[in-house]
Amino acid sequence: MKYIRQFTIILFISLVGEIIHLLVPLPVPASIYGLLLMLIGLRKKWIPLEAVEEVSIFLIDIMPLMFIPAAVGLLDSWGVLRPILIPFLVITLFSTIIVMVITGKVTQLFIKNDRNGKAEKNE
Amino acid sequence: MSNTVSDFLFFGAVLSLISYELGLRLKKKFKWAIFNPLLISICVVMVFLSVFHIDYKVYDKSAKYISYLLTPATICLAIPLYRQMELLKKHSKAIVAGTLTGVFTTMTTVLLLALVFGLNHQEYVTFLPKSITTAIAMGITEEMKGYVTITVASIIITGIQGSIIAEAVCKIFKITDPIAKGIAIGSASHAVGTTKAMEMGEIEGAMSSLAIATSGLCTVIFASVFSNFL
Repeated sequence: MKYIRQFTIILFISLVGEIIHLLVPLPVPASIYGLLLMLIGLRKKWIPLEAVEEVSIFLIDIMPLMFIPAAVGLLDSWGVLRPILIPFLVITLFSTIIVMVITGKVTQLFIKNDRNGKAEKNE
Repeated sequence: MSNTVSDFLFFGAVLSLISYELGLRLKKKFKWAIFNPLLISICVVMVFLSVFHIDYKVYDKSAKYISYLLTPATICLAIPLYRQMELLKKHSKAIVAGTLTGVFTTMTTVLLLALVFGLNHQEYVTFLPKSITTAIAMGITEEMKGYVTITVASIIITGIQGSIIAEAVCKIFKITDPIAKGIAIGSASHAVGTTKAMEMGEIEGAMSSLAIATSGLCTVIFASVFSNFL
């Protein structure tokens, strides 16, 4: 029974996300509204963690599978992609690597500063 | 063959699941980053459909029930995020700085590479939202009159690339802090990268989930500014 309730809450928030998406004229999908709603719900204790935890873990666990159909759908875009394939792959790969490195490094630098700052305060 | 197969409601879903399982086994056996289970499963399904001349629509008729759960699953990313709330508050400055850097770097590298390859305005704006979640990106590209199909393709490819290179990039560039790893992976490669971050650890996964939402929303603003530059 507890799985039914967990699944109901999660799908209900999905529906609320869809409704907000329909009402607000921004390019923000239902899933992002839902994520924020779920986070607020958990923080405000409207939704206890136990009321959604197991089904959430299951859904996150199988999440990689959900990207397969869309990616296979690239077969249909092959005609559009073929003429620009080289710049396409270079742009995506280079920027993915650079963004990951710079973002990681900058975040890490700020965290080290946080830690050093705290250590000084304690002295 | 399409005719027979199109009667089966479980064909596409089972093909996807078995291909993923095959990917997991290959990964376990060879341990190379290129044997990424998601990449393997996509390739296996593509080859299977091509060899047996099965239309993508026939496959998707069944496989779409897997994707159906994507919105609920994304919403569930709030759970690890909630569990790591203390950490998030403690390092909020670092997280905000990292996310903004991520969005800014994406825009800048796309601009530079667009100049290198001599892309026109329409092609350039198509790539601007490549590192964020598909639904937001499609809205942005439509708004800026780019090619939505290519944006979607670049997002999927970026995500797969991100999940393949994540571990190696963190190792080579000595990104050791789990928060920094998570923000980096989520900013560079959205939800697909996040599934890899989840595998690396709960903090990595939580921070990567956060970056999907924050960098997605920041990109809405940044992209409209950067679209004026070329």
